[in-house]
Amino acid sequence: MSAYKLDYLDQLESEAIHIFREVAGQFERPALLFSGGKDSIVLVHLALKAFRPGKFPFPLVHIDTGHNFEEALDFRDYLADKIGEKLIVRNVEDTIKAKGLTEQKGKLPSRNGLQTYTLLDTIEEFEFDACIGGARRDEEKARAKERIFSVRDEFGSWDPKLQRPELWNIYNGKINKGENVRVFPISNWTELDIWNYIRRENIELPSIYFAHEREVLEFDGRLVATNEFVQLHDDDVVTRKTVRYRTVGDMTCTAAVESSASTLDDIINEIIATNTSERGQTRIDDRVSEAAMEDRKKNGYF
Amino acid sequence: MDILRFLTAGSVDDGKSTLIGRLLYDSKSIMVDQLEAIERSTKNKEEGRVDLALLTDGLRAEREQGITIDVAYKYFSTPKRKFIIADTPGHIQYTRNMVTGASNSDLAIILIDARHGVVEQTRRHSIIVSLLNLPHVVVAVNKMDLVNYSQDKYNDIVIDYSQVAASLGLKNVTYIPISALNGDNIVEKSIFMPWYDGDSLLRVLETVEVSEDINLTEGRFPVQYVIRPQTEELPDYRGYAGKIISGVYRKGDKVVVQPSGIESTISAVELGGKEVEEAFAPQSVVLHLADDVDISRGDMIVKQDAPVQVAQEFEVVLCWMSNTPLVPRNRYLLQINSRNVRCVVKELEYKLNVNTLEKELSPVSAGLNDVVKATIKTASPIAFDTYQKLRANGGAILIDETSNVTVGACMITTQASEKPFWPEI
Repeated sequence: MSAYKLDYLDQLESEAIHIFREVAGQFERPALLFSGGKDSIVLVHLALKAFRPGKFPFPLVHIDTGHNFEEALDFRDYLADKIGEKLIVRNVEDTIKAKGLTEQKGKLPSRNGLQTYTLLDTIEEFEFDACIGGARRDEEKARAKERIFSVRDEFGSWDPKLQRPELWNIYNGKINKGENVRVFPISNWTELDIWNYIRRENIELPSIYFAHEREVLEFDGRLVATNEFVQLHDDDVVTRKTVRYRTVGDMTCTAAVESSASTLDDIINEIIATNTSERGQTRIDDRVSEAAMEDRKKNGYF
Repeated sequence: MDILRFLTAGSVDDGKSTLIGRLLYDSKSIMVDQLEAIERSTKNKEEGRVDLALLTDGLRAEREQGITIDVAYKYFSTPKRKFIIADTPGHIQYTRNMVTGASNSDLAIILIDARHGVVEQTRRHSIIVSLLNLPHVVVAVNKMDLVNYSQDKYNDIVIDYSQVAASLGLKNVTYIPISALNGDNIVEKSIFMPWYDGDSLLRVLETVEVSEDINLTEGRFPVQYVIRPQTEELPDYRGYAGKIISGVYRKGDKVVVQPSGIESTISAVELGGKEVEEAFAPQSVVLHLADDVDISRGDMIVKQDAPVQVAQEFEVVLCWMSNTPLVPRNRYLLQINSRNVRCVVKELEYKLNVNTLEKELSPVSAGLNDVVKATIKTASPIAFDTYQKLRANGGAILIDETSNVTVGACMITTQASEKPFWPEI
């Protein structure tokens, strides 16, 4: 019977496709949150496998903070065009102006908190009842305890103690008006699984994930790309280095890693050898406090 | 390389958190920054040893409110396997938590403190493992360092537990003497227990055969979604999207659509958008039928050579998961795979006390964490198998339609009372 054995990547893929189709079957107006980052690119690849030759039963939605890397934005537009699916972009900049929100100050002003306002407005505008995202449980301990179908109230809040039990492969997507469900098809994937899958499936990625030369600021042991949003001081150390990005978020809160990895094989070898976690190495926003992610999720963040 | 999903059953006192921490640590799944965070919060540092139990530390909300979230998932891998651990908290709401964790696991590690042997809690955990019909059990006799690595102590526990396992009908039980704290028999064989001739825990987890647990003989395909592009190039394309939960599907196979009972033939099997000769559980595929039949989400395409049960009334073992009690005649929504139907929970036959194993006959209600035997009647027929025979098509959830919350987990036993599901204890 050995012919009927599935490889672990096939098992993860099948589980994710099953989750995608549950969303399509259970909800009226779902959306796929798409950032141009590797995890959401994998989601798009899985959605193609779940729904082709049909169209996606949802649009791609990007909440653009205005602090995104150009390479990621270009790739976002390129991919949406290539697969012929609808892309909706809403800008945090517009929300800031319309609602008179206050931007964070300091050296690396983050729009992470403000992003939630635009996300909730967008959910309301299109009456989305399910938002599919690329969060993984291995990223962070608050994520480790979140369901695959995670019910949020109209403020987008995650209440860890009111989560529904999730048994077998049965997902309860029943919600009241005003609520929505965040759905995480790649919950059970690790960072290494994602990279191995990208390699196996030969999935295209933005160039920023591969080694390139860039001007960076050395800040708190991290390498932050210099750009118009980073406030430089005279005593800052700015150098040119060969780097790549392990995760792609806002320019102000994502750090690069020094690397000469120019192929997927190189990247996978580096990840196997690394002794630092993905978020620990590259996310500046999680370091604020031990419960930073937990707090953001309660406030409606992904 | 495949995946093993397992659950650890035991309380903090049994060293459950330490064991999980040890597995993550020794398999090098803990990164330096995560370890530094633990070191910062390790209060009693002895000889520079970090408290591995802190790796499974909870959220701030849990600490502040004294609550526990039912399952946290942890991941590690070795060159042989990817592992998914369902970590369920030890004490509070134990039944609900463990049932949830066990529902998605292939194997349970039952921890026994070598100093105390088989205790009430060990029985309770084992009952739930038996209830959820987990195919593999590892009994880890922990804290062997505290009993001087005594072979006699270990042998006594093995004899005691063998009786529990036999009475509950547990399958494939493996025993390992360990010390999670010191790492004895976790990754490497311990030098302190030369008398133990079995494998280390990690070796057992790496080699236990789980692919055979997938049923490849009875074809079950719940339809999740119908793909109909209706474009100029594909005006008539009609594909049934879903996951094969058991069996193998090939072009030309005779099938029956349930619960309608309409017969047809598979005309094509597609995997990832490409036509394939055959597909098998647990692959997500698209099936095409030779006949133009009315099929929608919630229907099941069943292989004709392996009939499924179709009924509106059946018995279940039900674990209640809500603070609002279950009262006979209450109405709920039942969800089994992709099908939702309204149902009424008829009489409760008995309530099982998972501590004393006593059966309370005809209880008036069931509360949080209660396990009851009940009869359910649905508004329309459902296609199912008994949970004992096919886990993938015998488990269902109950949803309270007023709150939309999942309130119960059902394991379907039989249509009538043909044979007792519950092992006699």
